Amino acid sequence: MRIILFALCALLSLAAAAQRMSGTAFMGPSTQAMQRDDSLNPAMLWVKEGEAAWRRSDEGNGKSCASCHGDAASAMRGVAARYPAFDAQAGRPINLGQRINQCRVGRQSAAELPAESDALLSLESYVALQSRGMPAAMPDDARLQPFLAHGQARWQQRMGQLNLSCAQCHDQRWGQRLGSSIIPQAHATGYPIYRLEWQAMGSLQRRLRNCLNGVRAAPYPAGSLELVELELYLAQRARGMEMEAPAVRP
Amino acid sequence: MARTLIKLPATARRGEVIEIRTLISHPMETGYRPGADGQVLPRNIIRRFTCRYNGETVFSAELFPAIAANPNLIFHTLATESGKLTFTWEGDNNFSQTESAEITVTG
Repeated sequence: MRIILFALCALLSLAAAAQRMSGTAFMGPSTQAMQRDDSLNPAMLWVKEGEAAWRRSDEGNGKSCASCHGDAASAMRGVAARYPAFDAQAGRPINLGQRINQCRVGRQSAAELPAESDALLSLESYVALQSRGMPAAMPDDARLQPFLAHGQARWQQRMGQLNLSCAQCHDQRWGQRLGSSIIPQAHATGYPIYRLEWQAMGSLQRRLRNCLNGVRAAPYPAGSLELVELELYLAQRARGMEMEAPAVRP
Repeated sequence: MARTLIKLPATARRGEVIEIRTLISHPMETGYRPGADGQVLPRNIIRRFTCRYNGETVFSAELFPAIAANPNLIFHTLATESGKLTFTWEGDNNFSQTESAEITVTG
């Protein structure tokens, strides 16, 4: 009997571990409603700006995003779900924001947009919206493997004065509380997000740097390879989950 | 120009209660917070919102520093006649923005 019970418990805990939940599942009903309804979601203000920026051609060589890519609804469908991706030119994985900037510099002869600027977040959220409802689909690319391994190692590495790893909270203690907030599983399927705490839009890198500050580690600089590697590991971990950008988070 | 999102039905029956949703991008800086340099950031908020239906004010609101950034105002009005609704946000630093939307009332 005891053995059966033990086996049952083990099975149940396995099932719980296998169940992946988006951050949306851990939010209050009012925040969920805010994300569900585009006329309540403040992120749609950035999306609207991004849509205008997609067609704007007043910088660089006069080419807009639309000049090459055409209609974003078809051309950008599923793109955000595949990032970060390996970039042969850079010889490393790059995230969606970095890809947008690469296009700006290389194809539009325009200036790079600064990390976390409204202009970059707007374009990013407009592109990300085109993958809403699709499964996260990090590419199977052998060139990504070493970077992925670094990302995974960093996820499990204890850091900062609090000496905590990402995994200790988000793999082992999700659903419990850190202060008053519930610890989510950290599946990054909704970025860029409108975070109520920020009262603004922010990227996944901003969120990661936030967490690093939280464990009192020196955060990796914005745009650094270390952060992209972590993004890459998160993308693999969330493979198959529904993309929900632009999400709202508390 | 601040970005705005306005949602209301394009058509309604006469006498129907319609819901109007507005969202505007605005920092709603309270005037109490220190910036990165330690200096208090000057107040920059929207102070008044007005909705006019063919020129007549049907809804207005006063806003204060405790209201979050990107204020979202949802209100109702009676569909009386076809025409234009205008939405005006006014605030600190001579901030003023007006947007409009059309509605067709049948019956």
